[in-house]
Amino acid sequence: MTADVYGLLGAVLTGLGLFGMLVRTEPLLRILAFNLLGGGVFLVLGAIARRGAGAGFAADPVPQAIILTGIVVAFAATTIAVALLLRLAARKDDA
Amino acid sequence: MTGWSMLPLLAVMLPVLGMVLAPALGARGAERLTLALLPVGFALALGTAAAVQALGVPLVHHLGHWTPPLGLALGADGIGAAMLLTSTVVVAGVAVFARAGFGTSLGMPERRAAFAFWPLLLAIWGGLNLAVTARDLFTLYVALELLTFAAVPIVCLDGRRETLAAALRYLLFALLGSVLYLLGVALIYGAAGTLDIGLLAGRLAATPPVLVAAALMTAGLMAKTALLPLHLWLPPAHAGAPAAGSALLSALVVKGSFVILVRLWAGVLPPSPAAMQALAGCGAAAILLGGVAALAQTRLKLLVAYSTVAQIGYLVLMFPLLAVPGVAEKAWTGGVLQAVSHALAKSGMFLAVGLMTERLGHDRVADLAGASRVAPRPLLAFGLSALTLMGVPPSGGFAAKWLLLSTAIEAGQWWWGLVILTGGLLTGGYAYRVLSAALRAGPAAAAPLPHDSRDTVALGLALLALLLGMLPLASFGLLQIGRVGP
Repeated sequence: MTADVYGLLGAVLTGLGLFGMLVRTEPLLRILAFNLLGGGVFLVLGAIARRGAGAGFAADPVPQAIILTGIVVAFAATTIAVALLLRLAARKDDA
Repeated sequence: MTGWSMLPLLAVMLPVLGMVLAPALGARGAERLTLALLPVGFALALGTAAAVQALGVPLVHHLGHWTPPLGLALGADGIGAAMLLTSTVVVAGVAVFARAGFGTSLGMPERRAAFAFWPLLLAIWGGLNLAVTARDLFTLYVALELLTFAAVPIVCLDGRRETLAAALRYLLFALLGSVLYLLGVALIYGAAGTLDIGLLAGRLAATPPVLVAAALMTAGLMAKTALLPLHLWLPPAHAGAPAAGSALLSALVVKGSFVILVRLWAGVLPPSPAAMQALAGCGAAAILLGGVAALAQTRLKLLVAYSTVAQIGYLVLMFPLLAVPGVAEKAWTGGVLQAVSHALAKSGMFLAVGLMTERLGHDRVADLAGASRVAPRPLLAFGLSALTLMGVPPSGGFAAKWLLLSTAIEAGQWWWGLVILTGGLLTGGYAYRVLSAALRAGPAAAAPLPHDSRDTVALGLALLALLLGMLPLASFGLLQIGRVGP
């Protein structure tokens, strides 16, 4: 039951993030939308992990490991994007 | 599992280790380390290809001897071995070429761009090797991200405003692509409980979650490969990067996601003729619109970048032909050969264009007059690469396009043949524009031409693309090893 709620929440976040990434033009908003989208995907993975519970585990550990790796990758991506955005802003101030 | 199956793993580990060590060594140390790793990497790639060819089956290595679904598999089949060799050759050419621009000779102060370039080069090499050898959908996601994170900074190495904007746009497209891919991975895991390509083969039925996953992953990989209509990021990014970077991006980075797309549709996802027609339709649109856009460009680097958009279109023409019994084998060879010959030809072409731009001081197509005097060897390299892109015999591009053309007709899908022929004409058109402008007499070159070893690199890559067409590929059948399908 809770897995369904989290899965649906993940779907909502994914939709919001996708909308932001496709419709918004401001880079900062798109970076934030990417994080929302990433959060949605991780929630979906979490729901899948819960559904796959078995063998005495409360949840399937493989999607959980994927979430952890995914969070690290999303964090790295956000840092690169923000660093690029800051460099770009500094160049605009010079001009 | 034999001892040979370690080879693809080592081919991935070598550049990754180099990438980790390089920043600690400083710009000069990183440059030397890269040049020292190249022969080892080449030996590993060659050894992998030889082992796959000799054994006749794909090499598979289970990391830590844990078999899937618990462990991760890494290996090389025909297409993997061919791409490993290609990546090593192109990286070697680019590394030798880049010593002039990003090298640090003795007594020279170390520069920021040089310090960044060499680890990024190693990261692209490692990321591509992982993308073509990994046998697990999530490992492939990591490889895609590694490629993106290495490719984006290469675009903006010079720190100009336009290149920073191009890099940011590229990054956002690529991130959208990889998140869509990851969501697809999540749905596939939910449906099948494993992500191993070998275990997934034939296990996915066309249920709604799998179809949604297929759509998401295909769209994500299209964005990463810059297949029309998701190509918008490519021209500014590939045209803005320094010549060595453009060569890497156009030749290798877009091929990583292409190989993953091939692995997904040939072996993992349930067959869908309609989706394959749509995918090849995007390819056909890319060939035609990319070719027309290249014809209209006024800047040389943008022209070559739009040519990449068009050539990526040829890659996906193989998909609808892979399900047709009797022609699938030839279509497969044609598609892989297109990936390899485009990698060699486009890296040669971007390097040649970089040299021409440097010696003329600009890259306006209309003012190329005199290029044949100041840059004769780069111009020759440009012309030879263009032969492969057009598909003129005996080039590798000819063999690839001929295989695709003849299989399209044999499969009764003649419309792809028309697209291939029209695309060849468009390519001839834009190559002619450049060559005719460059061969006009310009202001006489005063000084004798200095010897530049970079000319040889550009020429060498273009010649390799040309000679590829003379390899008797069908007789060794390397590319067919590990192919799934009729």
